[in-house]
Amino acid sequence: MAPDRSDVLYGRLGLMVLKTLQALGPLHGYRIARRIEQISGNQLALNQGTLYPALLKLEQMGWINSNWGTSESGRRVKIYSLTRPGRKQLEKEEAQWQRATGIVDRFFKISENAS
Amino acid sequence: MKALRTFICRLAALTRSRQHDREIDDEIASHFEEATDEYVARGLSREDARLAAARDFGGITQVKQIHREVRSFTWPDNVRQDLKYSFRRLIKDPAFTLIAVATLALGIGVTTAIFSVVNAVLLKSLPYPEPDRLVVLYSQTASWQKMSSSYANFLDWARENRSFSNLAAFRPDDMNLIGLGQPERVPVEMVSASFFRLLGVQPIHGRAFLPADDQLGAAPVALISESFWKRKFGSSPAAVGQTLTLSGTSYVILGVIPATFQNYAGNFHRRDVYLPIGAWNAPGFRNRQQSMGMDVIGRLKPSVSLEQASAEMQSVAQSLAEQYPVVNKGFGITLVPLKSAVVGSASPLLLLLVPAVLFVLLIAGVNVANLLLARSSRRATEVAIRAALGASRTRIVRQFLTESVLLAMAGGGLGVLAAFWGTEAALTELPNVLLPRAEEIRVDQRVLLFTTIASVAVGVLFGLVPAFKASRLDLHTRLIERGPRAGGAHHRTQGVFVVLEIALACVLLVGAGLMIRSLVSVLRIDPGFNTDRLLVARVSFPVSATTPDHVMAVWREMSQAFKTVPGLQEASLSLDSVPMTGNFSTLPFWLEGDARPSTAAEMKWAISYIVDANYLKVTRIPLRRGRFLTPEDNEHASPVIVIDDRFARQHFADQNPIGRRINFDVLNMTAEVVGVVGHVKQSGLDESETSDRAQCYLSMFQLPAHVMPLAARDIGMVFRTADAPLAQVDPVRRALERINGQLVMYGERAMDGIISDRLATRRFSMIVLGIFAALSLLMACVGIYGVIWHWVGERTHEIAIRVALGAERRDIVHMVLRDGAKLIVAGVIIGLAAALGLARLMSSMLFGISTHDPLSVAAVTSVLTFVAFAACYVPARRATRINPMVALRSD
Repeated sequence: MAPDRSDVLYGRLGLMVLKTLQALGPLHGYRIARRIEQISGNQLALNQGTLYPALLKLEQMGWINSNWGTSESGRRVKIYSLTRPGRKQLEKEEAQWQRATGIVDRFFKISENAS
Repeated sequence: MKALRTFICRLAALTRSRQHDREIDDEIASHFEEATDEYVARGLSREDARLAAARDFGGITQVKQIHREVRSFTWPDNVRQDLKYSFRRLIKDPAFTLIAVATLALGIGVTTAIFSVVNAVLLKSLPYPEPDRLVVLYSQTASWQKMSSSYANFLDWARENRSFSNLAAFRPDDMNLIGLGQPERVPVEMVSASFFRLLGVQPIHGRAFLPADDQLGAAPVALISESFWKRKFGSSPAAVGQTLTLSGTSYVILGVIPATFQNYAGNFHRRDVYLPIGAWNAPGFRNRQQSMGMDVIGRLKPSVSLEQASAEMQSVAQSLAEQYPVVNKGFGITLVPLKSAVVGSASPLLLLLVPAVLFVLLIAGVNVANLLLARSSRRATEVAIRAALGASRTRIVRQFLTESVLLAMAGGGLGVLAAFWGTEAALTELPNVLLPRAEEIRVDQRVLLFTTIASVAVGVLFGLVPAFKASRLDLHTRLIERGPRAGGAHHRTQGVFVVLEIALACVLLVGAGLMIRSLVSVLRIDPGFNTDRLLVARVSFPVSATTPDHVMAVWREMSQAFKTVPGLQEASLSLDSVPMTGNFSTLPFWLEGDARPSTAAEMKWAISYIVDANYLKVTRIPLRRGRFLTPEDNEHASPVIVIDDRFARQHFADQNPIGRRINFDVLNMTAEVVGVVGHVKQSGLDESETSDRAQCYLSMFQLPAHVMPLAARDIGMVFRTADAPLAQVDPVRRALERINGQLVMYGERAMDGIISDRLATRRFSMIVLGIFAALSLLMACVGIYGVIWHWVGERTHEIAIRVALGAERRDIVHMVLRDGAKLIVAGVIIGLAAALGLARLMSSMLFGISTHDPLSVAAVTSVLTFVAFAACYVPARRATRINPMVALRSD
């Protein structure tokens, strides 16, 4: 049984988490949420809470790891980091994403030219 | 792979659910603090910062719930909740719960009991290694499928076959044990040396028989059973090597056979002593024509099928017939798997009881389904509220199913207990001739597993309809109307259930009716002799050193001695055959004037009673013609014979048989017919006309001298007593002891008891079917009563209006009874149709009536209809007591 892609990536939330961890290294939940909000220019009205089930799913897939550590402010937080299979998965997803958006892009351009 | 990984993660998370809950709580808390800090840093007050953080986060409870669902399975939690809730609901409604559990306990209990019998008798394999390869070999002629075999033929079979890794012969006997405490009669099995090897049995002490022990002239040796070893030797290992004196011969004990060995040959009844059959020197035993009750068992080689072996043995029989045409011509060999040979007799009974008990279970289940339906209509509001609060339909169905399964499990638990004690009690009451392997019947793991599965299945199956009905509610009407009437959609289902119950009860009642009628017609059969106060027993005495003269002297002494016993009105001796006891032998003969048949298979056969002159007086068999044997028909007179009217009809047709002469080859004797007597039922009241054979009576004093000592080893006695037959056992025993201390009496029975035991299967199946039918009738009545009661309750409003408009009490009663009548008539019609179809299954158990016996059908129909109407009448009365003012105003 193949895992349901959209479910795993939680409407691409999972993909964003993976990308964030790749770019910034290990982070705790709040930092990940803030980072996604910042990158999206606060256009993605994310309920920060929904991040946690998504993190759990990614962890169950073996794509990220979690460990208890301390934040910059000295609090006990759970810190997530990308694993090797996670990195591979991200590369795969990224390539697919590029290809898909590329096609859609071209499609829109053709439509514009036609109109 | 990923799915499996997720599954394992979830599975692992099941165990530490508490800890995971704490972790997510901590994580969310630190998230909040970080977020609050950030907002404070941006200039908000602490209070506003917290609110802002909460707004960003969204619903904490939902997040936690989703987290839980992602983390692990939710069903254990749901099941726990459903169970808790169901349990509370059931406790709150004790009357309903009690009735439902009791009904299910009844249904599951009887099913478990019958299954435990089926399990032990039919399903469990026989207690030998690789039991499927064990086969019984019978001799076979055109008219007899399964006969005992002769030792000479057995030896040839064993030598010539290629299909069996081993063949073994065995023959039950009883012998007198003298010298170890009181003289007693011990059950003996004579077996060939291969017997224990074939069945995979090792002695716990000493050794088993070797081929050298299994020869004529070998030193007499014996094996003893563990229980005999314990009883007679206190389980001392020194028993091996000691001697045992049985019927005048001393045997050296070679070893002890473990108690775990179950001897199929004795239908799993214990044998105390085993002797090598090949060392038996009885005259006639090695005569190819005589079987002397010996049977043969074989173990198939691994690669050989039953069919291949049958074909091969057929050709072995063929070559033996060519070698010994006189005795073996027309003889074949029948192979029967050991298991069918052992349990075959029980199959008709079990084939009857299994469907019957399933019917009872079905009725119980349907009854509970109906109760659940009625209850669910009362619970409609509760369901509607749950649905309004967001419970999915699946969840509601699951909740209802949890409840019905819980009920069924409770019923199953009680049922197992009932079955446990019930079967134990029932089995001790039963004569042990009824069921082979009865000793193995118990509630074991397999039975428990069966009951568990059956309970769950019943719970789900019969909970399903009510559950779906209950969950399919129109929320709006339910919550707005809030009255009992909105649940009325169940009517048709309830009606169908009741019709089904009545139909099933009808089938069982017809079955029970047919069995009762059969037993009655069996009991009306004339056995051909007077059974009243008749005592039968056997006596044996050692004949090693006796002559025919001595034997006859002892017989005459016995007859004299019995005259002095005041409790005996008449006494007689019968060498072998005694009616109803299972003891009988047949003799081949031909009529003088006919050509002598050249082979045994072409001979005519008759059951032979070799008796003294008193026999007719004791048994009161009617004399039809001529005279019976007299004391003058003795060793000095020329042989005479008395035949029964069946013999006369079969062999002399309309001619007068008196004065005709009959030749008996095996006895070297020609006897003149002097009289004709009535036919006697030899093998039970219900023996079929076709299997019943011609009978003849010879004087025991006219037996040829060479067979006399053997015949005298073990003879039957028949007494007519003044009152209770068994009270005369001790006086008779004392009289025998006075003649000779070595005369051992055994097998004393009252004839009435023997006949009653012979009918045990019939009576047992009648009683069981009767109980099942009564239970099903009761449950069907409770079912129809409950439904009509429920309908009346729901139609209170309508009835009240009718009464207000002037309907009479009688009209109301009629109206309600009409509803009931529809169900009853439909149920009875369907039930009778099914019963007439199914009765064919039990035709082998019926006697003297057809499967469509009109009297049974009429009786069942009237009883069922009457009782069902009575059950409807109570709710009908309730309807007449509805007060229109109260009923209409309350709405």
